[in-house]
Amino acid sequence: MNSIKTLVYDGSFNGFLTAVFIGFEQKLTHADIQKKGQLQSGLFAETETIFTNIEKAQRVWNGVRNKSSSAIKNIYFAFLSEQNNMEGLLYRYIQKLMGSTYKGATDYSDDCVLKINSLAQKVGREKHRMEAFVRFQLTKDEVYFANIEPDFDVLPLISKHFRNRYADQPWIIYDVKRKYGLYYDLQTVEIISLDLTDIHTNSLEKSAVFTDSEYEYQDLWNNYFKSTTIKSRINTKLHVQHVPKRYWKYLSEKKEAV
Amino acid sequence: MDFNRIKEKLNILADAAKYDVSCSSSGSNRKNKDKGLGDAGNGICHTYTEDGRCVSLLKILLTNHCIFDCAYCVTRKSNDIKRAAFKIQEVVDLTINFYRRNYIEGLFLSSGIFKSPDHTMERLIAVAKKLRLEENFNGYIHLKSIPGASDELMYEAGLYADRLSVNIEIPTISGLKLLAPDKKHEDFIKPMLKVKNEIIRYSEERKIIKSTPKYAPAGQSTQMVIGATGESDKDIMYSATHFYKNFKMKRVYYSGYVPISTDSRLPSLGSEVPMLRENRLYQTDWLLRFYGFSVHEILDADNPNLEMDIDPKLMWALRNLNHFPVDINKADTRMLARIPGIGMGSVHKIISGRKYRNLNWEHLKKMGVALNRAKYFIICNSNDWERRDLDASKIKGMILQSQNGKFKNHYSNQLSLFN
Repeated sequence: MNSIKTLVYDGSFNGFLTAVFIGFEQKLTHADIQKKGQLQSGLFAETETIFTNIEKAQRVWNGVRNKSSSAIKNIYFAFLSEQNNMEGLLYRYIQKLMGSTYKGATDYSDDCVLKINSLAQKVGREKHRMEAFVRFQLTKDEVYFANIEPDFDVLPLISKHFRNRYADQPWIIYDVKRKYGLYYDLQTVEIISLDLTDIHTNSLEKSAVFTDSEYEYQDLWNNYFKSTTIKSRINTKLHVQHVPKRYWKYLSEKKEAV
Repeated sequence: MDFNRIKEKLNILADAAKYDVSCSSSGSNRKNKDKGLGDAGNGICHTYTEDGRCVSLLKILLTNHCIFDCAYCVTRKSNDIKRAAFKIQEVVDLTINFYRRNYIEGLFLSSGIFKSPDHTMERLIAVAKKLRLEENFNGYIHLKSIPGASDELMYEAGLYADRLSVNIEIPTISGLKLLAPDKKHEDFIKPMLKVKNEIIRYSEERKIIKSTPKYAPAGQSTQMVIGATGESDKDIMYSATHFYKNFKMKRVYYSGYVPISTDSRLPSLGSEVPMLRENRLYQTDWLLRFYGFSVHEILDADNPNLEMDIDPKLMWALRNLNHFPVDINKADTRMLARIPGIGMGSVHKIISGRKYRNLNWEHLKKMGVALNRAKYFIICNSNDWERRDLDASKIKGMILQSQNGKFKNHYSNQLSLFN
C-alpha cells in the first residue's frame, strides 16, 4: 500500500522506532507518525495505533547503527527535540539511510540530512548548556538539588555526565517543564517524579529547604561573578547571546537582574 | 568559616586575577577516580561575564602582595590598592564548594610574588596537592608557573596541575626591559622549558608503561598584552609562532591592554581597549593553527600589520588573487580552507557533500558558507559566477559594502550625520 497512513505511538523513543519498523514492514513511502494525544488526522488518512515493541525497536536501532554511528546519534538527538513533524523527517532520513543509493549520513547537499543535522545540533547545544547552567543547591538532607527548564528533553543525555562527575554526592536534577527528574543516590541514577510545591528559582527570598551556608555560597559566587567582570569591556549583546535571558531565573549570579 | 572576610578577599583577589584571559578548561582527560569528586574533559563555560568572556574556572590570586613593580600590572608594588591573601585551606574550601554546586570546572590559581619566586610557587603547589590528595578532587587545575621558580618545583607542579602557564606579557624583549625592569626574559623561559621537557619525557614513558601518572595533561599556555608598547602585529604573531613551535604551547592568548595606570610609558587612562585588534590577532592565530597558513604568508616586512577592516584570510586572498577562482567541486582541503568566507566546518561539509553530486550556490548557502565574501573567489556547478575582471581594491570595496560588522564604526571613514 502506497498511500499515506497515520501511525500513532506512545511518545517514547522505542515506540517511535517500532512505528518506523511497522512503516517499513508495510512499505509505506510516506509515514505520518504522530504522538498519542497530539493526533491530527487527515481527512482520508487511515490510522493505526502502534504498541511499543522493544524487539522491533532494537532491530531498527541496530540496522541504523550498522550503517552509521553518527546517524544513530543524530536520530536520537533529533527525536528529543520534540519538534512538530520531526517524526516524518526522521522517517525519511532513515529511509534514505537504508536505501541502497546512499552510502552514509554525510550527504550535506541533501535538505533532509541538513535538517536532521541541525536539529541534532540544536539539541546537542541545549545538552551542553544544561551541563553548564545546572545550579545545585544543598538541601538540609544533604542532597544537591537543581531544577531546570530546558528547551528540549535533554535529561537522558546529561545523566551520564553528572553521574561521572558528582560521584560522591547525592543529587537531583528536576525538569519542571516535563515534570520528571533524575536522582542519584551514590549508586545509580533513577528517574523520579516529584510533587514540587514551589519551583526554586533564584529569588532573593530564602527557602527553609536549603542549608544556611547554601545562601552564603550563592552570595560568594554572586560576588565573584561581579568582580571578575572588566568594566571597560562591557559587551551586553555578547553576554546575552551566551547566557540567554530565559535561563536567568535559575542562575544565582543573575539574581539582581531577574 | 567567616563568610564576610572571605567575601572581601574574594572580591579583591578575583578582581586582580581577571586580566588573565585564559579560561579554557578543555584538553585534559582526567577521569573521576575511586568515586571521588569531579572530572576534567571537554570544558564547559558555566557562565559568561557581562563583558562576554566565559567563566569556567574559579580564577583568583593567592595573594596580590608583590615584590615586583611591572608597569602594566595592577598588583605592582607601587600601586596603592587594597592587599589581601588567602589561606591555603580557604582556597580549597571555596573550590570544592563552588565545584559541588556546578558553578565551575575547577581552579585557576595565580599569585603575586611574595618573598621569592620559589616560596610563591611552593604555596601554589600546596593548594593543588591538597585538592588532589586530601579531597580526591579530579576537576581541572590551572597553575601559574612563577617566573624564576626552580626546576624541582616546576616538576612537582605538573604532577597535580592540568595546565601550567607563564605569561610573557610583553612580546618583545626591549618592551619587557622598558616596562618590567626587575624581570629577566630568561626567568620566563626557564620554567616553560622545564615543563615542556617533562611533558615530552612523560609521554615517551607512557608509550612503554601505560600506568605512568599524568603530567600537566592539558599542556602549557601563555599570554601577551597587546597595545602596551607599540609593538607591531608582526612582532606579536612571530613571537606567538615561536612559542607554538619551540615550546609546544597549547594556546597563546592575546589580551588588549586595559589602561590601569598613569605611567608615562603606557597608553593613558581612558584610551580605548584595542578589542578589534585583539579579534584580528585571534583570527590570525586560528589561521595558523587550523587552516594550514604559515605566519610569513600573512605578515612580513612589507605588511607588518593586519588590516582592521577585513579579516586576515580575506586580506591574504586579496594579495594573492592568482590562486583564485577555486573550483569548489575539485579543490583539495588545503585550498578550500583558504577561501574567504569558508570555515573548517563548511570545508568538511563540502568534501562530504560533493561525493553525492556537484555542488551549486544553493547547496553552499545551505551549508553555511558566507557567500558575500566567498563568491568572488569560487566557481561551482553553475553558469553564474563573477565574470568581471575585478582587482583587489574593487573586491574589497564591494565586500565591505555588503557587510555590516559590529566593529564598522571603528574603521569607517565616513562621517555620521546623526551622532
